[in-house]
Amino acid sequence: MEDGVIKQIGENLIVPGGVKTIDAHGRMLMPGGIDVHTRFQMPDRGMTAADDFYQGTKAALAGGTTMIIDHVVPEPGVSLMSAFEQWREWADGKSCCDYSLHVDITEWHKGIQEEMETLVKDHGVNSFLVYLAYKDIFQLTDAQVYEVFSVIRDLGAIAQVHAENGDIVAEEQRRILEQGITGPEGHVLSHPEEVEAEAVNRAVTVANQTNCPLYVTKVMSKSAADVIAQARKKGTVVYGEPITASLGTDGSHYWSKNWAKAAAYVTSPPLSPDPATPDYLNSLLSCGDLQVTGSAHCPFNTAQRAVGKDDFTLIPEGVNGTEERMSIIWDKCVVTGKMDENQFVAVTSTNAAKIFNLYPRKGRIAVGSDADLVLWDPDVTKIISAKSHNSTVEYNIFEGLEVRGGPLVVISQGKIVLEEGTLHATEGSGRFVARKPFPDYVYKRIKARSRLAELRGVPRGLYDGPVCEVSVTPKTMTPVSSAKTSPAKQPNQPVRNLHQSGFSLSGAQIDDNVPRRNTQRIVAPPGGRANITSLG
Amino acid sequence: MAERRAQRVKAEEELPVYLARPGTADQVPRQKRGGLFCSVEDAFDSKTIDFDALSVGQRGSRIPRTVKREAGQGERRSPAGAENPAGNDTQKVQICSSGGKETLQNLEDEKSDRLLIKGGRIVNDDQSFHADIYMEDGLIKQIGDNLIVPGGVKTIEANGKMVIPGGIDIHTHFQMPYRGTTTVDDFAQGSKAALAGGTTMIVDHVIPEPGSSLLEAYDQWRQWADEKACCDYSLHVDVTHWDDSVKQELDNLIKEKGVNSFQVYMAYKDYYQMSNSELYEVFTFLAERGGIAQIHAENGEIIAKEQGRMLQMGITGPEGHVLSRPEELEAEAVFRAVTIASQTNCPLYVTRVMSKSAADIISQARKKGNVVFGEPITASLGTDGTHYWSKNWAKAASFVTSPPLSPDPTTPDYLNTLLASGDLSVTGSAHCTFSVAQKAIGKDDFTQIPEGVNGVEERMVLIWDKAVTTGKMDENVFVAVTSTNAAKILNLYPRKGRIAVGSDADLVIWDTDAVRTITAKTHNSAAEYNVFEGMELRGAPLLVICQGKIVLEDGNLHATSGVGRFIPCSPFPDFAYKRIKARKQLAVLRAVPRGMYDGPVSEFSMSRGGTPSASARTSPTKQPVRNLHQSGFSLAGPPTPEDVPIRPPGRRIVVPPGGRSNITSLS
Repeated sequence: MEDGVIKQIGENLIVPGGVKTIDAHGRMLMPGGIDVHTRFQMPDRGMTAADDFYQGTKAALAGGTTMIIDHVVPEPGVSLMSAFEQWREWADGKSCCDYSLHVDITEWHKGIQEEMETLVKDHGVNSFLVYLAYKDIFQLTDAQVYEVFSVIRDLGAIAQVHAENGDIVAEEQRRILEQGITGPEGHVLSHPEEVEAEAVNRAVTVANQTNCPLYVTKVMSKSAADVIAQARKKGTVVYGEPITASLGTDGSHYWSKNWAKAAAYVTSPPLSPDPATPDYLNSLLSCGDLQVTGSAHCPFNTAQRAVGKDDFTLIPEGVNGTEERMSIIWDKCVVTGKMDENQFVAVTSTNAAKIFNLYPRKGRIAVGSDADLVLWDPDVTKIISAKSHNSTVEYNIFEGLEVRGGPLVVISQGKIVLEEGTLHATEGSGRFVARKPFPDYVYKRIKARSRLAELRGVPRGLYDGPVCEVSVTPKTMTPVSSAKTSPAKQPNQPVRNLHQSGFSLSGAQIDDNVPRRNTQRIVAPPGGRANITSLG
Repeated sequence: MAERRAQRVKAEEELPVYLARPGTADQVPRQKRGGLFCSVEDAFDSKTIDFDALSVGQRGSRIPRTVKREAGQGERRSPAGAENPAGNDTQKVQICSSGGKETLQNLEDEKSDRLLIKGGRIVNDDQSFHADIYMEDGLIKQIGDNLIVPGGVKTIEANGKMVIPGGIDIHTHFQMPYRGTTTVDDFAQGSKAALAGGTTMIVDHVIPEPGSSLLEAYDQWRQWADEKACCDYSLHVDVTHWDDSVKQELDNLIKEKGVNSFQVYMAYKDYYQMSNSELYEVFTFLAERGGIAQIHAENGEIIAKEQGRMLQMGITGPEGHVLSRPEELEAEAVFRAVTIASQTNCPLYVTRVMSKSAADIISQARKKGNVVFGEPITASLGTDGTHYWSKNWAKAASFVTSPPLSPDPTTPDYLNTLLASGDLSVTGSAHCTFSVAQKAIGKDDFTQIPEGVNGVEERMVLIWDKAVTTGKMDENVFVAVTSTNAAKILNLYPRKGRIAVGSDADLVIWDTDAVRTITAKTHNSAAEYNVFEGMELRGAPLLVICQGKIVLEDGNLHATSGVGRFIPCSPFPDFAYKRIKARKQLAVLRAVPRGMYDGPVSEFSMSRGGTPSASARTSPTKQPVRNLHQSGFSLAGPPTPEDVPIRPPGRRIVVPPGGRSNITSLS
């Protein structure tokens, strides 16, 4: 490695002098992890997430993650560009590892569309998040989501979605507060997992209609994961991102007697109270139904959480996880035999790089790739605790969890940042990595489909029969006597005998000569039996 | 045995004539031909529905049951049935000779309400058996063998044909106003067509204009229907807008007007469509009052967008209708409705299931334990959406309905299968016919085509042909999906939907062998097109009895306009609400009792974007935590130091009747 780039790979390499040599002793050397979902330094009602870019990226590096992708959350009414610049400024000043940015769409109008275009073309952003939750703040209507997705498809970006039905959540929150439930358990009771699954299903439908690739952030429940798995079987281009918390712990802690502990688990969608969820999500991650992992690292400390001590709806949302991500997946999936080490690399790094068009610069050990490497020790055991973690918060939601596997040496940008348990992170060394639109991994299929999905009208003669009059005021109607002069009722028209044809399209039919969109409906799409009519 | 018979006859003579032969309601299996399926003696003894319980005044007749049965069978076997006034021995000979056609026997010329169906095979949703039926004053008075009936009875010899409860078409739009015009089938025409097809009750939808009063619209529909309907009817009311006055009207409709089902729309943006929050409120309201929430499931927002796109691309014909309403949008909306209904613990009824994917969502939801009913319609069970591409505009337009017929030609078969398996529960027709001239309102713009297809007349026959003759379902399930389930949902069971003593005399004698070709030339609707044109269907009603009167015989319809009565439906139908009630008791949510949090609290501003306050790192006492790793996520893991019941007791552990549904959400 030289200048932060991998120069040669092979045995008995000829290298210049003055090289620092690391003896791996046959241990695994893998591409550094990419945490696709972080929210460092996120402002929330005048507070800021406890971990800023320095603290957060330090924690990431300590866990073997050498790149993070953070979410820019513009307040509604603030321009995307200025929010983006703000985040760039924060991150450039403090980040210790390479980073990139997603931009969240929190409102929708013409100006936003233009800004999205600028961001994609000039600023290296290729993914935008829309919210189906947070009613009256971030939430967009179905029609707006449809428009956003159409724009995103045209720009060649990835549509991310925070999937929860905000309308129902708002109603449930009101009902639960009315019942006198104000503690953190109200959070999970008002965000039942069905509501998450419903929103995922809706997002998939809209994405299918608009032929836009979809990326579901924070898959927290079995049913949401099932919806994604089903959609993939139907051929939809959709990716699911479980997070460290949903893979590592469950929502039973919301009922903890210790308010501060219960509040530490508050995130949206909430952790599922079903204790079998983490295991299930790990299985889907292993079999490829879920593809990437993030952490949604957005911790708040107890004093900040206490804003909602009398009303769970005010508790700022977010859990930790950027440091624990790689180890937990290793422990839950590789140690248990659900996946092998190659798949581990895929879900922690490579798939993310492919989806967001960073491959092969990131997510792969190859000549020319960035020198972001991790020397992984599968045998080391560690007990996660808030006492020893690199985040600033008092609680760690994985407290006491014993995990096998951890990074031994972490190399970021060609420099050793973790060695023998000591972290040498340099504040501000992180570079912004620009991402190009139309990632092949995603858009190859989308492009093929958009070519297919051309719709055609049926050429017909003009209808020249009588036409009923229409009044626009339907209340005062005098029922028009149903003129039974059927003009087009051509007598003895040979009709299709459905009974005999047994519903086969190949039967002799009068409309056989109609070009029934001959490129369509017959061609099987690569993903399976997706309804081509809908790929528009 | 002769002795016993003598005793019985004596006992009967002491009773008034209607209560003669106490316990005649017990059906006696009639030995027909024997073989593998021959009736086993006493087979029904412990299984039969107690008809006595359904009719007044015949209690206490149960003790001599077995005795009677033996007696009855003895009678049938013995050649001399001397005490039987009808003298059915002579007719029994006719069974063989008459070969398929029933004979009508008027013993007296006097027109009477008294009808006797002899020798029919009664088919209910749970069992079939041979028995005679005696009807008077529009009610079934007796069922059994060798009934003793007063004179002046019109006797119908059914010759072993099936006698089924009259069909209930749970979804019609007769005389529906649409932008100044009205559907061509009014209540007279429509209910005539219904009777011709073996349907003896219809349930129409009242559609108030958004913003107008529900009660006024209801009264208007009542007036139209009372004037013209030829058969009994009931009404659903569509909720097209939502505010407090609508709530009061709903309350009134449920309590006083006999309406227990209300439809809301997820489609028709800016017109009927409701937001998710409104749906939540409507469902919550209905769940409290015991109503059924019906839903027109399509995502209106996306449809509006797609329609705009189609028109922009220059597609203006009826094919644009189906292209702008892909079946995924239907499935999506069904999914959403199921979620909201499950949150609000409200029974859900999905009207017009038109596509495979929507039906799949319903069957999945039922497997998860949700209380949801699906209603495929005649059109979706019988034909498909390929006709939208017909070169004949008028023909293509006649198929326009929402959600549209699926262009996938395997859909009808699939829906019939789900109907047979019980995943879909009831069938309607959504009969809402417009003439070609009316459809032509949308000749240059498919979004303007008035929506609706025919189907009220073809419904029963079509299901028979597609599902029973193909072996998907048996005759009992046929009765269930065409009549009984609908009666149960409307809380009219067992008055409607069953042949039992005390039920309404709405019966159909079904001819399983008749073959008919459907065509617009012969149908009873006023529309010029029939979407099932040219289909050859097996099975047909031979004789239809409505309110105890014969309305269809030998292919002649004797319908009388205005005889139809409004049948009020009461709330909390057991069929749906037994489960709902049980769940309501389970779904009590409890807060965790905790001490007050007294640590530091960050400042925050609701106006976003203030200065972040210093994060005080003072944590309250750290507690020992649950070692998730060791416990392997099992609830039975090592007891945590904080011996809190992680779940409030009584919740989340109890398994609901329907399976693994999430109890947290049943509220």
